[in-house]
Amino acid sequence: MTVLQKKADNPIEHLTPEDIELLGKELDDIRQSVIDTRGEADARYIRKVIDVHRKLELGSRAVLLASGFAPAWVLGTVGLTVAKILENMEIGHNILHGQWDWMRDPKIHSTTWEWDIVSPADQWKHSHNELHHTYTNVVGKDNDLGYGIMRVDEDQPWQPFHLGQPLWSFINACFFEYGIAAYDLELGAVIARKQTGDPEFRARLKAVLGKIGAQVRKDYVIHPLLSGPNFLSTLAANFTANLVRNLWTNSVILCGHFPEGVETFEKKSIEGETRGEWYLRQMLGSANISGSKAMHVMTGNLSHQIEHHLFPDLPSNRYAEIAPRIRDLFDRYGLNYHTAPLPQQVGSAWHKIIRLSLPNGWLELTNRRNLLPQLAVLYKMTTGSPKVRRTLQRKLTAGVRLTRAAAAAEA
Amino acid sequence: MIARCVGNHRGVTATVPRPSPARSALGGLRDRVLRLAELATTPLLPADYLDMVNPLRAGADLRGRVVAVHRETRDAATLVIRPGADWQRHVPGQWVRIGIDVDGVRMWRAYSLTSHLDRPDGCISITVKAIPGGKVSNHLVHRTRPGTLVHLDQATGEFVLPAQAPQKVLFVTAGSGITPVIGILRNHDELRDVVVVHSAPTPDDVVFGADLRELAAAGRIRLVEQHTDTAGLLDAAAIAALVPDLAERATWACGPVAMLEALEEHWSAAGIADRLFTERFRATVLVPGEGGTVTFTRNGAAVEADGATPILDAAEAAGVLMPSGCRMGICFGCVLPLREGAVRDLRTGEVTTAVPGDGVLVQTCISAAAGACDIDH
Repeated sequence: MTVLQKKADNPIEHLTPEDIELLGKELDDIRQSVIDTRGEADARYIRKVIDVHRKLELGSRAVLLASGFAPAWVLGTVGLTVAKILENMEIGHNILHGQWDWMRDPKIHSTTWEWDIVSPADQWKHSHNELHHTYTNVVGKDNDLGYGIMRVDEDQPWQPFHLGQPLWSFINACFFEYGIAAYDLELGAVIARKQTGDPEFRARLKAVLGKIGAQVRKDYVIHPLLSGPNFLSTLAANFTANLVRNLWTNSVILCGHFPEGVETFEKKSIEGETRGEWYLRQMLGSANISGSKAMHVMTGNLSHQIEHHLFPDLPSNRYAEIAPRIRDLFDRYGLNYHTAPLPQQVGSAWHKIIRLSLPNGWLELTNRRNLLPQLAVLYKMTTGSPKVRRTLQRKLTAGVRLTRAAAAAEA
Repeated sequence: MIARCVGNHRGVTATVPRPSPARSALGGLRDRVLRLAELATTPLLPADYLDMVNPLRAGADLRGRVVAVHRETRDAATLVIRPGADWQRHVPGQWVRIGIDVDGVRMWRAYSLTSHLDRPDGCISITVKAIPGGKVSNHLVHRTRPGTLVHLDQATGEFVLPAQAPQKVLFVTAGSGITPVIGILRNHDELRDVVVVHSAPTPDDVVFGADLRELAAAGRIRLVEQHTDTAGLLDAAAIAALVPDLAERATWACGPVAMLEALEEHWSAAGIADRLFTERFRATVLVPGEGGTVTFTRNGAAVEADGATPILDAAEAAGVLMPSGCRMGICFGCVLPLREGAVRDLRTGEVTTAVPGDGVLVQTCISAAAGACDIDH
């Protein structure tokens, strides 16, 4: 992958500025058609989901009071996991986007909602709604690209520490909610800039620690204590539910922007960006997950990531309805509507994480027969000086070019 | 407009006695238990779960359940509502703010209470007249079914009789302006000398027509019905002719703006302005101001508002969750502190300014931006 502007075969080369503005107009019309028909049925939907979540969470926690009994542990843990996923995805994420603000119900409103993860809602709203959704996939602006800890682009020079990327990506996935909290705090940048004494940062840190305290107390102290003799098994159930929820949300989010073929953009490309161009960037920078209705609900309809990024504040239950119109739009404007089943998208995203953890071209040139010499190259690049690295990288790049030319000649 | 009358005795604000909420030991214990339970429900509140079981319980946000809808006329209905446990007794003539979801959107309006205070079932009632194009009133009159949950505020308003009821009373009402008066008549049997002058297009349009005629037949009131489709509008002079001892009476008036203005003028001219209780609704004078950017300092939203649009409307159109009530300048449910800037009262054209530190409370429903404004919300 490389930023779209540097690509040899730019996927939007065929679009004139007029095309792009027309595209924007069509999208505005689709948005308006949903707003014009937003009403009671939508309100009923979100209230229903909230109701189901609360009953499921309460029921599962009640069942877990008997978690010493294995079937109760399994039932309760599955229920609690599903409840937590629903709460984070279809409910929390979408309410915090303001998708339901139009109802003017202070209990279901982006300014009053708090959710079941360790990052406080207001901090997440800033980093997610303001930064990620505005600067989607702009390298250097959208920190969701790798969360500031990953190499997400071939143009970023490879460093030996990138080898650890698959491992820490996995650890990040397991404790995703803590990763998000640190990310919303901009913890890395604050530490790097030695600004940990900043009172504004301190206040935000205090809010995060308070939230972590409340969450940990609920899941790992109060609920286990209420289970009496089943203290440990209930604690394990809560840990499992949080772990699976973290892995799930991480996977869904990886699918949204990470699969191979999703475009990234360079910073200067968004200067003076028009509404149409903004829409186009969202279209190219997002990927969908195909699947059943249940899949859509469990991903908080982020399976319709493209539709969500075009219209982040439309009620999530309406994305499925406009998806065929959006897809038709992609077709008519000659753009690639990126959608695939979950395993395929997750696989693609992880393949990219692994590929970029290695020097450019290394994975492509490596096969079973040349594994040992390739490992030797990797060892030298890891332990050698920057000069050694540059030399070997040049060789790898040349090798890729040769292989591709040979493959082209054969075809 | 919808029946909403607030007595405003020429700037003298009467204080209506209200029982203070009893802080019982039980309530204190309940609060402590709930705080403890929150440790297990966070980030939700125990109340979120309790609301699923009993939304009308003590300690809950004040709500009510519609138990019956009685048609009064072709476009008016009385809604009988069982209020939540924390409902405090109202004073007859007062109104209540009611919030209901119309097309999925929570909307608040104020309606006069028409119920008898000592209903054995403990319910309250409001009577609503559907106004053409009125979203909420039409929804309440035509589409609300028993079982609907509504949101409530405690009753308020000063369109009430004083502690010492006057000997002689005149009520001048038009349309749904009769509703607070019915609330008063039903609860004040001790009033001996009452004249009700009521205007409505036809006899069938008289809300509570049967009740009024019954009261008249029983000698409780003297009723003057004016059917304006055939007999035209009553002016103040005509009322004075109909009620010769008008100067001896304390008068409460509720109805359209033009009627109230005419009455005020007449009573002032007669030198008895202090005996008339009315409330000026949203005025006819709309002075377009220059508008400006309204910034909501706490939630960070910035809204462009023109000089003829109430800040409330502009903010809601931009998605800001605003407190609101009658939307016509009387219930003060929409009041927010203006930290800095200027707003123009759309009824009077009066400009209110605030410098940092002032925090002037402005009614967003009748105030338009007259330049940039910072509102604390």
